[in-house]
Amino acid sequence: MRVVVVGASLAGVRTIQALRRLGCDAQVTLIGREPGIACDRPPLSKGFLSDPDATARPLLGPEDLAKLEVTPLLGRSATDLAPAGQTVGTEGGERIGYDALVIATGSAPRLLPGLEPRPGVQVLRTAADAARIKVALSARARVVVVGGGFIGAEIASTGRGMGCAVTVIEPLPALMIRGLGPALSQAMTRRHLLTGTDLRLGVGVAGLEAGAAGQDQAVRLSDGSTVPADLIVVAAGAVPETGWLRGSGLDASDGVLCDGQLAAVGVPGVYAAGDVARWHHPRYAEPVRMEHWTSAIEHAGVVAANLCGQGRTHDSLPYVWSDQLGGRLQIFGRVQPDDDVHYVLGDESSDAFVAITGRADRLNAVVGFAAVRELLPYRKLLLDGAPLSAALGLAGTSA
Amino acid sequence: MRVKVDLDVCQGHGVCHMSAPEVFELSPEDGHSIVLVDPVPPELQDAAQLGVDSCPERAISAE
Repeated sequence: MRVVVVGASLAGVRTIQALRRLGCDAQVTLIGREPGIACDRPPLSKGFLSDPDATARPLLGPEDLAKLEVTPLLGRSATDLAPAGQTVGTEGGERIGYDALVIATGSAPRLLPGLEPRPGVQVLRTAADAARIKVALSARARVVVVGGGFIGAEIASTGRGMGCAVTVIEPLPALMIRGLGPALSQAMTRRHLLTGTDLRLGVGVAGLEAGAAGQDQAVRLSDGSTVPADLIVVAAGAVPETGWLRGSGLDASDGVLCDGQLAAVGVPGVYAAGDVARWHHPRYAEPVRMEHWTSAIEHAGVVAANLCGQGRTHDSLPYVWSDQLGGRLQIFGRVQPDDDVHYVLGDESSDAFVAITGRADRLNAVVGFAAVRELLPYRKLLLDGAPLSAALGLAGTSA
Repeated sequence: MRVKVDLDVCQGHGVCHMSAPEVFELSPEDGHSIVLVDPVPPELQDAAQLGVDSCPERAISAE
């Protein structure tokens, strides 16, 4: 069997490792745009930025790659997929035949018009990006973070901790609102305000005033105000890398649409893993796409098993964590926008809290801040499919 | 197969326990991972490996 993996980051690399561990002796080709294997990303927006001694750790060393008996085609992008002939094209003009294809091209930072990366304007995706941001933060730059999601909130928190003046611009009314829902995001937003971060919520970026001689670079907002910036970090989310699949017949409108086993819908022999996969998760009515580290590694295990004919469904509980404000924020499950929120430990201003969210006796998510241990029994209930009332009963509170 | 958790590195994410509850438990005191079966019997080795792979901190090693 010939297996071709497109994407040399977490999902792709872990798929190959899992395949070999399952004893699969397929001929494996790894196509990747970057000249090497990617680094592990979670630390890049977390400890790496503030720890002067931290180095980015690659997912795989060259000797590991050799041990996996992979044919690496690195430093070139995949350009197209021809499912009829079962081939993938590369920038180098090669056509690589496959019996099974794993799409693991990940996602790229969403770029904003007028704020394209250049000196002084940065996204955070690669180790090189993180290193540049680290230099600026260490020099106590005035930082403007465009986008108040998890990455933006982590950068803001780290920047404040390093003594930088930080402004966050977010068009929505609170930070991290997509991941936390309205009530919890408001509470976390207030915590960020207390650190002295200048939050500009409900406004967008109108443009950039380039620093002419003797003048500062400044971000112009949609409300007419301007904020001077030594460094602008665009943290406006990510878009799945599916441009190369145009014309392939795959549904790649928001990631590659897959069934519950991560097989691409309508095109045999093609799987997707990681940020780029949108799949039918048995817990949810609509297909979901997640940019979580844990989703990528779980996808890798499922795709490898299914390449070996195991027919596994990917149904695990979503988990994401974020280090900010001196604590670890953990979210198990998915907070729905209209969920009721119940604090079962602490409250919206306590040093640590655990909150459970749900609606109509359905428990949807468990969210903890600086409460790794206290969160555990609630997570177990969520994992077991227990109703909201059971979780409230455990807390001894009334619904 | 033997699995080992480096408790200095473990941050209590608990993903190993979600991936392989037969092999990893979490300490009720501090949320750190505890290996339940050591050495890991053959029928649990796939599960144990899933737990090793799933650790965000790379705190678990197998040999």
